[in-house]
Amino acid sequence: MSVQGLIRMGDNTLVLGQRVSEWCGHAPALEEDIALANTALDLIGQTQLWLGLAAEREGQGRTADTLAYHRDAWDFRNLLLVEQPNRDFGATMMRQFLFDAWHLEALKALTEHEDAEIAAIAQKSVKEVTYHRERSSDTVIALGDGTEESHDRMQAALDRLWPYVGEMFSTDNDDLKDMSALKSAFDRYLETVLAEATLSRPDGDFAHMGGKTGARHTEHLGHMLATMQVLPRSYPDATW
Amino acid sequence: MVTTRASVDEVWTWLAAIPDPEIPVISLVDLGIIRNVQWLDDTLEVTVTPTYSGCPATSIINMEIETTLRAKGIQNLSLKRQIAPPWTTDWMTDTGKAKLESYGIAPPQPAGGPKRCPHCQSSRVEKISQFGSTPCKAQWRCTDCLEPFDYFKCI
Repeated sequence: MSVQGLIRMGDNTLVLGQRVSEWCGHAPALEEDIALANTALDLIGQTQLWLGLAAEREGQGRTADTLAYHRDAWDFRNLLLVEQPNRDFGATMMRQFLFDAWHLEALKALTEHEDAEIAAIAQKSVKEVTYHRERSSDTVIALGDGTEESHDRMQAALDRLWPYVGEMFSTDNDDLKDMSALKSAFDRYLETVLAEATLSRPDGDFAHMGGKTGARHTEHLGHMLATMQVLPRSYPDATW
Repeated sequence: MVTTRASVDEVWTWLAAIPDPEIPVISLVDLGIIRNVQWLDDTLEVTVTPTYSGCPATSIINMEIETTLRAKGIQNLSLKRQIAPPWTTDWMTDTGKAKLESYGIAPPQPAGGPKRCPHCQSSRVEKISQFGSTPCKAQWRCTDCLEPFDYFKCI
């Protein structure tokens, strides 16, 4: 069992949870604002479980909070996709859809993990993420098959995020499961939703790598962490 | 000093009187989040499962349990968090579901949507959003009486 593998799962949900929470108070409609905040809340809750277990297994006295607030960008192991900025609402929902489609397959595979605590976190998360995927798919379909403007924005979002899809299926021994095995189920689901959304899967499979290994994050992560970590780093004794 | 230890049944009765902090019309027992109560020597262990992993009410719930049981004279208390098997709305009691409906929240249905409007009982309802005012609820609307209402999601 790899602590790095647990940190990868927890960093994905932490970074995306923080990104999505940036919409709080800014979403295009009240219902969307609430939905985004709830999604962020689920992801942060899952982070507590993953990073909590990682810290416990690591056995160096760290906690989920220490891992979240006292590491720098190069120690993060999240996918490059989730650290990408929100841009417009369509781009946020496309990022969410691509992540949810991978996340649900990854969690389903982990519900069978031989480590009972990992399986338990996956079983808990799978229920929440099923819901996330349903919502982001519905939104991608509604906007993709919407007006000319919304369609073009969704296609542009997909084209822009596409180079960050491949990293989700790269895998090594630190992963809790062989992530490359999830690709066929992901592709099938993607095809169905994109067809309904009247969007085209971009050509080519070039993939930016380096997020989950920590080799090379994009410039966006550092800026996000500066906001996320400023309070506990400036006031280490702060409680809330 | 000789004290009589509260029976497990008695503890369940006390817990059944603690309202859920977000939906005070139902109790923690109605919600199905208390999974076990047992004595381990002289320590009372209460097993609690979260509804949603990020539900902010979880810490308040633990505090409420502790306050209530301390007031009843429980000295050694251990609150155990259990996430597996994950909480499901199937664990909600029938009394709880009925109380939800009379409070204006449509109770969870296996079909995935509310059976009827909790205000006028019409079955003509439509979804507004998959998420509502708390992680456990979605927003729906009745197309007859036009009132929006919360639906307790079935998970």
